[in-house]
Amino acid sequence: MLIRYLSQIGRYFLMLKEIFNKQTKWSVMRNLIFKEIDDLIIGSLGIVAFISFFVGGVVSIQTALNLTNPLIPKYLIGFATRQSVILEFAPTFISVIMAGKMGSFITSSIGTMRVTEQIDALEVMGVNSLNYLVFPKIIALLLYPFVIGISMFLGILGGWIAGVYGGFTSSTDFISGAQMEFIPFHITYAFIKTIIFAMLLATIPSFHGYYMKGGALEVGKASTVSFVWTSVSIILFNYILTQLLLGS
Amino acid sequence: MIEVKNIEKSFGDSKILKGVSTVFETGKTNLIIGQSGSGKTVLLKSLLGIHQPEVGTISFDGRIYSDLDADEKRELRTEIGMVFQGSALFDSMTVAENVAFPLRMFTKDDKAKIDDRVDFVLKRVNLIDAHKKLPSEISGGMQKRVAIARAIVNNPKYLFCDEPNSGLDPNTSILIDNLIQEITEEYNITTVINTHDMNSVMEIGEKILFLKNGLKAWEGTKEEIFRTDNEAVVAFVYSSNLFKKVREAHLKE
Repeated sequence: MLIRYLSQIGRYFLMLKEIFNKQTKWSVMRNLIFKEIDDLIIGSLGIVAFISFFVGGVVSIQTALNLTNPLIPKYLIGFATRQSVILEFAPTFISVIMAGKMGSFITSSIGTMRVTEQIDALEVMGVNSLNYLVFPKIIALLLYPFVIGISMFLGILGGWIAGVYGGFTSSTDFISGAQMEFIPFHITYAFIKTIIFAMLLATIPSFHGYYMKGGALEVGKASTVSFVWTSVSIILFNYILTQLLLGS
Repeated sequence: MIEVKNIEKSFGDSKILKGVSTVFETGKTNLIIGQSGSGKTVLLKSLLGIHQPEVGTISFDGRIYSDLDADEKRELRTEIGMVFQGSALFDSMTVAENVAFPLRMFTKDDKAKIDDRVDFVLKRVNLIDAHKKLPSEISGGMQKRVAIARAIVNNPKYLFCDEPNSGLDPNTSILIDNLIQEITEEYNITTVINTHDMNSVMEIGEKILFLKNGLKAWEGTKEEIFRTDNEAVVAFVYSSNLFKKVREAHLKE
């Protein structure tokens, strides 16, 4: 079992090496990158905006409901919402959600190409299929921090609206809390995590789709396995990066 | 010409090809036939470089595949056209984009020149009005013709077809067979077809290789297959009453 996992990890790194070999013609690659930006980035904005806005609201309400001691100032609602959204919710939990949305899309689309011999067709023509299929996804996901930036903004906005219009805090308190003891490095930390998660989101689902065997049923199974491993990797890297960047 | 010398290929403990040697001639339709599990697909995929044989060599007009470096292999692959069993068209692209794909990838031709060539090959396979359709919007027979157009658009030296008639009605099968044979002669291509279709064997089998249990059991032409007394070939090719009668009629002539 351990040997099988190690062999899979080895195969994953060999795949990463092969992605950057024998580049596809730029005129073709450019169009592929734009298509992936549309599918993976633009296509995710709606769900990311929706989830971020409402979860930001919930964080604000739950923080307010837990501040039962009258000595604790109300501006902590804004502070807690900002910290939760920027440090954890936007970079990590949106990425776990994207492992389901983007990841299953990537695995199933590449897996279907494998099942229908489209990948064999690319290889027979002399195309580096890994470069053709995975490289544009990696480049498109360099824009992923832009999605997370929007998620941060909408999360805090949702928190502000829920806090103020729900009667839990005043706008002034929330905003002053949101500005209180702001550490710019926290934004850097969040975006470093985001870039690493973007690479995991592009490559792990591609790996599971590219090397799958079987038919339509196996495409579904590969999507599920891909979601599990992408999520596990994101959570694991989240811990490691937090320890490295904030722990010292 | 493709020369196969004594190739062996195993998967785990199972030896699929046990030393096959043959020559696929230029300008001819070369057919590989045999029962399921006889090693036809493994032989075809070995010719395509998808499988690497453990023993033996495959040479393309004197170029031994296993001796080529990665760039030379990719270069050789640009000389190969392949028609897959399920057509393997890129489902996100239109018919015209599918056919233009090898040209966009491997030539420096401008858009007008590529469009002209795409029009030419689509006319050659009798598909004139399908340019903007997606593969999902056309029939199986049309998909096969698009796959043939994509395979020949880059003027390949070698054309491989895996079960080109599977899932097609008899009329469309004959159309596809004739098209492949015409193209082979017209462009002097080395064509290798993996098939189960005995109609194809009788119609276009200029050179037939019969595999049994991973070994070459017989080879010859479509004329010779009528007269052979090789038991394995007779049992396989003339398993249906219809073909038995065809053979008897042919032998009486």
